[in-house]
Amino acid sequence: MLKKRIIPCLDIQGGRVVKGIGFEGLRDMGDPIALAQRYDAEGADELVFLDISATLEERATLSELVRNIAATIQIPFTVGGGIRSVNDAKKLLRSGADKISINSAALERPELITELAAAFGNQCVVVAIDVKTVNGVDCVFSHGGKKATHHEALNWALEAERLGAGEILLTSMNQDGAQTGFAISLTQKISQALSIPVIGSGGAGTVEDFSHLFKETEATGALAAGIFHTEKVAIAAIKNELYTQKIPVRWNPNL
Amino acid sequence: MITLLDYQAGNLHSLQNAIERLGYTVLCTADPALLRQAEKVIIPGVGHAAPAMAFLKENGLDTVIRELTCPVLGICLGMQLLTEFTEEGQVSGLGVFDVTVKKLSGHLKIPHMGWNSVQYKPSKLFEEIPQEADFYFVHSYAATLGESTLATCEYGASFSVALAKNNFYGVQFHPEKSGKWGQQLLQNFLAL
Repeated sequence: MLKKRIIPCLDIQGGRVVKGIGFEGLRDMGDPIALAQRYDAEGADELVFLDISATLEERATLSELVRNIAATIQIPFTVGGGIRSVNDAKKLLRSGADKISINSAALERPELITELAAAFGNQCVVVAIDVKTVNGVDCVFSHGGKKATHHEALNWALEAERLGAGEILLTSMNQDGAQTGFAISLTQKISQALSIPVIGSGGAGTVEDFSHLFKETEATGALAAGIFHTEKVAIAAIKNELYTQKIPVRWNPNL
Repeated sequence: MITLLDYQAGNLHSLQNAIERLGYTVLCTADPALLRQAEKVIIPGVGHAAPAMAFLKENGLDTVIRELTCPVLGICLGMQLLTEFTEEGQVSGLGVFDVTVKKLSGHLKIPHMGWNSVQYKPSKLFEEIPQEADFYFVHSYAATLGESTLATCEYGASFSVALAKNNFYGVQFHPEKSGKWGQQLLQNFLAL
C-alpha cells in the first residue's frame, strides 16, 4: 500500500536554513546538510529545499549545496527557488536533485511547466502554489507570497496539471507558521479535483494535525518546517500517530 | 568496477553516490566496448522511453545489452526498456523480460509517487530485506505480471516491481532513494 509522506521543508537563504512566520521575519535554523541528515535518520520520507535567497550572489552556491545533499542522504529531494528555464533545472537535476519545484516563474510563463515536463518527465516537475484565502476567495500569490496574482487556486492547480505538472505543493499562507493545523477545506478541494499527487503545507503544529489532514483530504503528503527545525514535533511521533489512526506510513515504529 | 549506462540525459549522480558509498568504483559510459568488458552493468531510469530506446539503438547498445553475460540491473525506466514493449511512446523494448509496460490507470493519483511495500519471491536480490519493506517509486507506467516477475506491489492493481531472468534483473523502484532497504538491495546486486 502506498504510504502517506512526511516531508520536512528547508528554506535556504545564503546557504543557511531559515524560517519565518507568515512568509516574513526570518530566523536562522542551522546548516542544511546537518538538518537533512537528521531528517533522513529520523524517517522523513522526502525533503524539499526552497532557496529563498533574494540575490544571485546568495544563490550561486545552490548547485554545490544540492551536490552535497545528494551525496549525504538516501531519500528523494526536491529543489526550488529561482528556476526559470530548462537549463536552470538541468543544472540542479544533474547535481542530484530528484524533482524541481517552480512557483513564480510558472505563473509568469505557464509554458515552462510543459517545457520541463517534456525535458525531464512530469514526475520531475512540482508546481508550488501559495494561496491566501481572502473573503472566501483562494487567491494565488507569487514572489514568495509578496504579490497577489489574478489566479484562483483551484483553476491554477488544474491548469498546472493540464500543462504537465507531476505534483502540486499547496501552501496555505493563512496557516503558514501559525501552527494551528493545515488548511483542510482548501487542501481537500484541490486534492479531490486533481489526478496528480497534492502535498499539503502550512500550519502543522501537532501530530494530530497530520492525521487530520490525511483523514479529511486526499493529500498524499504533508510538508512542515518550523516544528521539525525546533524539534517541537518528532517525525517518529507523527508516524506513530498516523499508524494508530490506521493511516499507512513507512517505518512503522510498532513493527 | 561497476558500469553505469549514461544516456547523456539524466541524473546519474544519486545512483553513483549510492554505489560509491558501498565501496565500489563506478564508470559512467555509453561506449559499447566498455560495456562488453563490464563486470556489472546498471541501466538507470531517467526520462522518457522513446528517446531512451532511440539512444540505445543509435549507439548499437540494444544488441550489446542483450548479449551481456554479466549481472545487469535495470532501474525504473531502465527496467522497462528490458521488457517486450512499452506503451510510453509505443516502443519495443529489448525483450529480455516476458512482460509489457502499460500506463497506470483507474481512480488513482498518477504518477505513483512515494513509498510502497513490496512482496517478493525468494531471491538473492532481496536477501536480508523483510517482506513488505517499503521502497520509493515514481512512475506512471508499470510492468504486467509474467514468468519473470520477482516482486510485486499494489497500487490500484498488482504489477511487477522486480523482474529476473538469467543474469538480468530489473526494479521499478529507486533503490538509490529507498533508504536502508534500497542500499541493501544494491549491495545484494553488487555482490552477485
